[in-house]
Amino acid sequence: MSTKSQQSQTNRGRIRIEGFDAEAVEKRDPLSAWQPELETKEAKSRTYYAWRRFKRNRLALFGAVIVTAMVLLTVFARPWGLPEWIPYLGGATVQPFSLAAQDPATQDILVGYQPPTVEHLLNWPPSTLHIFGTDWAGRDLFARTIYGGRYSLSIGFIAVGVALLVGVPLGSIAGYYGGYVDEFIMRIVDMLYAFPFIVLAIAVITILGRGYWEIVLALIVVGWLSYARIIRGEILSVKQNEYVTAAKALGARDRSIIIKHIMPNAMAPVIVQATLSVGTVVLTAAALGFLGLGLSPATAEWGVMLNVEQDSMARGNWWAGLFPGLALFFFVMAINLIGDGVRDAFDPQGDKKGSGGFR
Amino acid sequence: MSLQRFILKRGLITIPLLIGVSIMTFGMIHFIPGDPVDFITQFADLDPEVEDEIRSQYGLDQPVYIQYFNWMSDAIILDFGNAITTNRTVGAEIGDRLPYTLLMGSMAFLVTVVTAIPLGIYAAYHRNTRIDQVSRVFALLGVALPNFWLGLILILLFSSYLGLFPVLPPTGEGLLSWDMIRYTILPAVTIGTGATALMMRLMRSSMVEELDKDYVRTARAKGLPEKTVIRKHVVRNSLISVVTVAAIQVAFIISGSVVVEVVFSYPGIGRLLVERVQTRDFPVIQALVLIIGVFVIFANMLADIIYAYLDPRIRY
Repeated sequence: MSTKSQQSQTNRGRIRIEGFDAEAVEKRDPLSAWQPELETKEAKSRTYYAWRRFKRNRLALFGAVIVTAMVLLTVFARPWGLPEWIPYLGGATVQPFSLAAQDPATQDILVGYQPPTVEHLLNWPPSTLHIFGTDWAGRDLFARTIYGGRYSLSIGFIAVGVALLVGVPLGSIAGYYGGYVDEFIMRIVDMLYAFPFIVLAIAVITILGRGYWEIVLALIVVGWLSYARIIRGEILSVKQNEYVTAAKALGARDRSIIIKHIMPNAMAPVIVQATLSVGTVVLTAAALGFLGLGLSPATAEWGVMLNVEQDSMARGNWWAGLFPGLALFFFVMAINLIGDGVRDAFDPQGDKKGSGGFR
Repeated sequence: MSLQRFILKRGLITIPLLIGVSIMTFGMIHFIPGDPVDFITQFADLDPEVEDEIRSQYGLDQPVYIQYFNWMSDAIILDFGNAITTNRTVGAEIGDRLPYTLLMGSMAFLVTVVTAIPLGIYAAYHRNTRIDQVSRVFALLGVALPNFWLGLILILLFSSYLGLFPVLPPTGEGLLSWDMIRYTILPAVTIGTGATALMMRLMRSSMVEELDKDYVRTARAKGLPEKTVIRKHVVRNSLISVVTVAAIQVAFIISGSVVVEVVFSYPGIGRLLVERVQTRDFPVIQALVLIIGVFVIFANMLADIIYAYLDPRIRY
């Protein structure tokens, strides 16, 4: 039926182009800059259908709920102010809420006991006063746990974001141009790949020293490799497609071919890998903290807390290390659930190798 | 291509990789802001003459590429000079610790292979049933568990509460004494958990793929007992890809051992690395990073060769 109506509209033997109003082009004023609005049906549908499949995946939604809840908990853990060095606005409060009753650095002394002694609230098991208990210095573990998420979560998201910005362009260039450029970039990737994830991160920390931005940089150095490798492999296969040849024949610039035609078709595996590696990066950051190569020992970062409390735990104070570890575990698990969901959404027929983002 | 030629070709590819890794490891010390002499002397105030003496003693007054060749020609015969903090040779320091890490690594590898392969086969055989779902959930938990936290929990449960394992490593015992092996069980299980989770799912997906192939239907059609079909045909073929991944798991186990050795105060090279990063003992750090890098490269090469041996198709 549709063929009949098409035949009535177009001449026989002509190719009919869907989503393109030929009449509007013919009727336009040739001197005006007006362009017909093209329906970008195909480009929209890919992410649209992926999102629809993702929404139906209950496990992935469960993961998304956990991650959202944890992000909200860390954001609202303590009030948030602008740093002092900003002129005029310095010190102003952005976020006034405070979910944790105590400051994560306050050492609690139980008043009312006669005489009040510090010992009372050191290594105190969970109670109504401190629902997660207190640590060796009498600091509230609930406050420290939710506040600690600020370090781990922000390190994870920033490091993965910047690593994408480094790895994707380099991998695309290597894959698209091939030849010496490809050889050069990929040999560097191969060499860095010879070192296990955490060993390379430790080596970078050795060079840079410790601190928040040093950890982020170390994880970027480690993280961009896998994105570069994956996008290069994808681009090698995508660039064989006829539409890329067509775009080249039409005289499109390399940059616009890569960004407009190749990237949208090659990004799916990179997005999956990036999602999964948020978990890996957070784990590695915590591991560095645990090894004493991360933030300073007083910081309420999950890995650092576990490092400080490990002796206390071996003596039987289970609560000291349970909660930071649980927080880490739930976050990584939720990220893996989301990652698996994203993979299934982009590639419903693909085999599910549950790699969890590790290599 | 014969297997010999494949091995030769694969070996030749490895050489530039090894050179690159050695240059990177050597370059590490030159990326550090500041003068290498300050790190050797631990920032002591010295006369310029003494500083120059140290500089020439360590060859730091020569051009960088000569320094690299000197360092590399020593490194090939495993001579990495003296450790800064202890004044023993780096070779002796690492030689003391390496057997322990090898013991723990091989035990972790054993734990992984012994648990992951049967569980993966079981899950694949019962695919899309409740059993498969349970194995998927366990894999998910195993991958997400931070290994250092799992180690602490295991110490708390089995050493502090139940008293089944000692809390501290035995001292003065030999490497293969019962006390040492017993102490190594918990760290090996800790590392093995994550590795098992990964390998179990891989075994499952590899076997699910094989189960759908035509030769399985043929074997069943000619009336072979199900046991024979699975054991002689399906498992053998699906093990091929798992064997190669098992070799690549070496990197995963090394990563794990660095962290887990610190949890268990285990006298291996992982803890040595962390200790020396804290005291900035660069000769030891460089030697360890180089050894680990070379080890992983050879593990990958071995994986490729085993794969080529088991599946002749990929030699071409």
